Amino acid sequence: MTDASMDNPPPARARSLRQADANTRRRNAAEKRFRAYGMVAILTGLFFLTVLFVSIIRSGAPAFTRTVVNVEFTLTQDQMDAAESELFKTKAYSNLFIAALQGKLEERGMSVEFDEAAIERLLGKVGGTLRAHYKEFPDDVGKPVPFELAASSRVDGYYKGRVNRETLQDSRFLQLSDLDLVDALEEAQIIKQAFSWTFITGADSGVDNPGGAGIGAAVVGSFFMMLVVLVLSLPIGVAASIYLEEFAPQNRFTDLIEVNISNLAAVPSIVFGILGLAVFIQFMHLPQSAPLVGGLVLSLMTLPTIIISTRASLKAVPPSIRDAALGVGASKMQAVFHHVLPLAAPGILTGTIIGLAQALGETAPLLLIGMVGFVARGYPDGFVAGFTEPNSAMPAQIYTWAARADASFYEKAWGGIIILLAFLLTMNIIAIILRRRFERRW
Amino acid sequence: MNDMTVMDSTVEAQRTKMAAQNVNVYYGDTHAIKDVNVEIEDKTVTAFIGPSGCGKSTFLRCLNRMNDTIDICRVTGDILLEGEDIYDKRVDPVQLRAQVGMVFQKPNPFPKSIYDNVAYGPRIHGLAKNKADLDEIVERSLRRGAIWDEVKDRLQSPGTGLSGGQQQRLCIARAVATEPEVLLMDEPCSALDPIATAQVEELIDELRESYSVVIVTHSMQQAARVSQKTAFFHLGNLVEFGPTGQIFTNPEDPRTESYITGRIG
Repeated sequence: MTDASMDNPPPARARSLRQADANTRRRNAAEKRFRAYGMVAILTGLFFLTVLFVSIIRSGAPAFTRTVVNVEFTLTQDQMDAAESELFKTKAYSNLFIAALQGKLEERGMSVEFDEAAIERLLGKVGGTLRAHYKEFPDDVGKPVPFELAASSRVDGYYKGRVNRETLQDSRFLQLSDLDLVDALEEAQIIKQAFSWTFITGADSGVDNPGGAGIGAAVVGSFFMMLVVLVLSLPIGVAASIYLEEFAPQNRFTDLIEVNISNLAAVPSIVFGILGLAVFIQFMHLPQSAPLVGGLVLSLMTLPTIIISTRASLKAVPPSIRDAALGVGASKMQAVFHHVLPLAAPGILTGTIIGLAQALGETAPLLLIGMVGFVARGYPDGFVAGFTEPNSAMPAQIYTWAARADASFYEKAWGGIIILLAFLLTMNIIAIILRRRFERRW
Repeated sequence: MNDMTVMDSTVEAQRTKMAAQNVNVYYGDTHAIKDVNVEIEDKTVTAFIGPSGCGKSTFLRCLNRMNDTIDICRVTGDILLEGEDIYDKRVDPVQLRAQVGMVFQKPNPFPKSIYDNVAYGPRIHGLAKNKADLDEIVERSLRRGAIWDEVKDRLQSPGTGLSGGQQQRLCIARAVATEPEVLLMDEPCSALDPIATAQVEELIDELRESYSVVIVTHSMQQAARVSQKTAFFHLGNLVEFGPTGQIFTNPEDPRTESYITGRIG
């Protein structure tokens, strides 16, 4: 048959292949249009992502710096004895500091009038800080000691543009004359911007001290919550999915469970919060505001996500692998744990990370168990206390800051978001590394 | 091709290894296998032939209870291995499958190294006392699978990286590594090219020395080439069962004749 047709030359076709017909042209045009839509969609996404990042970094970056006054201060033994013998000891120390500061300014030929009240507005209770230092390190007496004193949030604001001369109204916090002093100190290179470790490592401060507020304690709180979520929801979620996917009989009861798991994934998180309040705190009497309770509530929220993604990745493992294992006499459990689960591991890991990331950013359920509004003024004392002592979480801390009146807390909130994103990025990188490791086994 | 007559001389009476008595299989409401009686002999290749959907694969999967994994599948009747009913309540299907190995239609090596593929069965059944023992089992199995020479230098490379024919021979090696008594093959060559098919067929003939082999195949030439006994299935019925030479040259049932000559199927 084929031989016969080879002998004759092919009949001339009506139309050349080189010419696209109308139908082909239409299809090609449609494809081109579709590609263009795709490009536009991606570019739009990238644009908004860039805008987001730029605005977060621009608004948040100032939170990482603070304004400090660097003064080298020498206290002689006589000065110390004299100050200690006075009635208002810290006031005496303050006066010594003012004298020293004025000396520094005069060295550079500048003379600015300022009094103790002005220094207090700028730097807080300097006398107390100095006295505490010399009490703690008596050896420093008589030696020049470099002091780095944090400027008040108003001064900080003056540097970062939140406060300016036109809009400043004299108050007990800051007066116009103080800004002259600040300018003079800047000219003398005594006051400057420095990187603020306090913001990263510190705990939250009161509403009147934005300068001292840090997100460190909240990071620790979030970390402990994530530990609870990971330890609870990963094994429970994976075990539940393996049972449902590989072992459970297909009947109406398991169908019902399946539908409910899907529904749970869509339940608003605040519902889990009120459930946690009722069950964990009011019924089981677990401590309020504790990362343990927060973690439990977030585990409830994360479980459906992990179960759904784990089941999807178990389903994606080809059935021939199960047959192969069963065919050589493996039990069902051996087939699942030796062959199916390792193949599904990367998918399970991805689902877990998505679930954890969701839990990390969740604020609403924390509102109800008292982790918002609570001010973590210190670090938990030890590993166990990390779970049970009251603490905050990063999103809750950000929420608290954003709700405060002082504009410098607003800046802290943005800074907190940068830290939150950095935490998330770290988690993702760990997940990617783990994924690589799992995949390399084949 | 003179395959149709080759096997006559090699048929000798062997003792019965497996016997199916009045076996019926239901998938939900579908009656897939109807009252099948077959005797599978030791050290013999038995071929199941028949058109698609006739139930030959289903029946094969009953022989090592692989159908247990399908919820809606129900089996009645007795299937005996050495006189013991494998569907007895006291029989653990996992233990049974170590005795009745299976090779599947599509090569399905584990996504692990060649060594681990073969070593997996002996490992889970505790057949090797130590590493040297295991090495020996792996080598012996790969030799029996007629693939040793091709892979001996790369035992640690992934089994999924082999060609289709090599993968299927690896799967056969994996199946024989657990020292089964019966080897079931579900269209083992349907995904292979003619050269790989020839290699696998040669291998099947060698395996006959040690095992009872049951092979499901679509290719009648293949059945004629490798088997001593042939069973013809049609619409869930076992139409005819007998020595391969007789089935292909002198079938008793008109349906068998029609299928073999290409009129139905």
